[in-house]
Amino acid sequence: MADRIAAAFAAARAQGCAALMPYMMGGFPDHETSLAIADAYADAGADLVELGIPYSDPLADGPVIHAAATRALAAGATLDSALTICERLASRVPVVAMTYANMALARGPERFARALADAGAAGAIVPDLPPEEGGDVAAALRAAGLALVPLVAPTTDPERRARLCAAAEGFVYLVSDTRTTGEREALPSGLADLVEATRAESPVPVAVGFGIGTPEQVAAVGAIADGVIVGSRLVRAVDEAGGRDAATAAVAGFIGEARQAIAAAGRAVQ
Amino acid sequence: MSVGTPAGAAAGAGAALGIEERFGPYGGRFVPEVLIAALDQLTSAWGEAREDVDFADELARLLGDFVGRPTPLYRAERLSERVGRRVYLKREDLAHTGAHKINNAVGQALLAKRMGKRRVIAETGAGQHGVAAATACALLGLECVVYMGTEDMRRQAPNVERMRLLGADVAPVEVGARTLKEAVSAAIRDWVTNVASAHYVIGSAVGPAPYPALVRDLQRVIGDEAREQALALEGALPGRVIACVGGGSNAIGTFTAFIGDPEVELIGVEAGGEGLDSGRHGASLVAGSTGVLHGALSAVLADEEGQILEAHSVSAGLDYPGVGPEHAYLRDTGRARYEAVPDAEALQAFRELTRLEGIIPALEPAHAIAWLLSEARSARDASAPGRGAEEGDGFDVLTLSGRGDKDLAEVVARLGDG
Repeated sequence: MADRIAAAFAAARAQGCAALMPYMMGGFPDHETSLAIADAYADAGADLVELGIPYSDPLADGPVIHAAATRALAAGATLDSALTICERLASRVPVVAMTYANMALARGPERFARALADAGAAGAIVPDLPPEEGGDVAAALRAAGLALVPLVAPTTDPERRARLCAAAEGFVYLVSDTRTTGEREALPSGLADLVEATRAESPVPVAVGFGIGTPEQVAAVGAIADGVIVGSRLVRAVDEAGGRDAATAAVAGFIGEARQAIAAAGRAVQ
Repeated sequence: MSVGTPAGAAAGAGAALGIEERFGPYGGRFVPEVLIAALDQLTSAWGEAREDVDFADELARLLGDFVGRPTPLYRAERLSERVGRRVYLKREDLAHTGAHKINNAVGQALLAKRMGKRRVIAETGAGQHGVAAATACALLGLECVVYMGTEDMRRQAPNVERMRLLGADVAPVEVGARTLKEAVSAAIRDWVTNVASAHYVIGSAVGPAPYPALVRDLQRVIGDEAREQALALEGALPGRVIACVGGGSNAIGTFTAFIGDPEVELIGVEAGGEGLDSGRHGASLVAGSTGVLHGALSAVLADEEGQILEAHSVSAGLDYPGVGPEHAYLRDTGRARYEAVPDAEALQAFRELTRLEGIIPALEPAHAIAWLLSEARSARDASAPGRGAEEGDGFDVLTLSGRGDKDLAEVVARLGDG
């Protein structure tokens, strides 16, 4: 299943583009709407989808995604209900499930990995599970055929970054700057160098996330990285839409624009 | 959590410096990658500062002249009479700012300065740590922002005023239950964002490594003093050492000096809230499960999916769904035992200690007092009337971690002023 991640990046690259990986919060604002949003992501041309499994205390996330998780949980979302969204999407695009360590540990690493695999997930992102803590979960995911995607931050020292990259499966999730998730006015300075250094060390594609919220930013990152992750911007669009049809139209509109921007910008790197 | 990948080779930097990263299976660093470098830096900085004579001298000077240490170990005569056993109170309520929190705040603010960080981030529940951090920052000329849930700001209004007077920026936290858990999360997010220029002064022995060991090292002065004072006053070690446990910093600070004395019983008292059966409590060790909160694996209050639950306690300082990882380890090994006391008993104990000793305790240590009173009642019931069952069987040391001025409004509202 992890092979599907590589295939999705390769397919985008064959078209001369970075892969576009929109994020959605499973179960936000409610389960039915989030199923419709998932369909809209696939219809609008997402190359991969990052599916947030709502968690009560998401330390790496900013206010928009935290609030969405809180609402999804209040609407009754669980790991299993969020994974039905994964099941629905998995036949169309590779899905990478994003959640926090406590959910994996509460279910138990093996059962957690099996639940993700049964739902057709290609990989998992667990931002509060650095490799020093993630041995059991990583092993269980690997045994189930899933990649545990490592995160690399601007503060990661070069020696550690090289080790994280060398051991990476699926892709490397490069955090664009030191903030939590959320939209920014501008991309951080130094991002191009950071992407270049990480790509040089990584045997798998490097996707950049955190703070990418406009088609222009998507295009700028797409020109230098292998993948672009857009999260808070889309979650906010769903929140502001105030209804299922408006929400799916809003996210489809943004993803469409982002796709065009990526294609028009092309790639400055191989 | 085993070390199972090549990158795991980086673990143990703290261990090399003698700073524990794990306590049995508990502890660790369950944090976003952004923070790893800052935690490594903090571990090295603390490892070096601990060995530096100048740092130790400066800290000792401030703890003496500014904080007012050593705090007395006070023989509480009328309380002793009531419980039928000699009880000594370790008077952290007499430390500057009125609680043990200042020991950690001064130490970490000094460390921040040593690391060249001019901005200090803190969180607060009862407001005691926030006041301590604001005080230490005023003393050392550091910028200070304190995250505080708006429910706690309501319950602890006088401390909000004190922090602002001291020049700190009190940042209201509106999410969730608007109490300590969310304040810690907000503080960590600020730190994630400003990690290069800011130091996060966590207020309890919780959080990712090296914090549980760092805070314990700075709070162990409580137990080190109490042990020496007990030996001087009684010529013997106490039979029981008792402290309240929220995150657990005053308790671990008290227990550490006695862990190597197997004859000393260590008892931590958690918040039983509205009762353990009600599900509305703060007793992570007594009634919780194993999980991750704020960067450490420990005892937490969580549902079967791993979602963190809200804690409930009359005391803002115990209103936290997690606890320091070393306590989870001491529980599992049996070296310490943990009990829970409900809100109602803590409120009664608050009033009882006030009238027996002329000491108004904070609601947090009132839980420890309540446990002591309740133990004495059970012991009396089990023996002949009119005689304390354990009289003559040694004595107790109980850490009175803070004073209760901050709690007056809450207590009066709940008990009436009679």
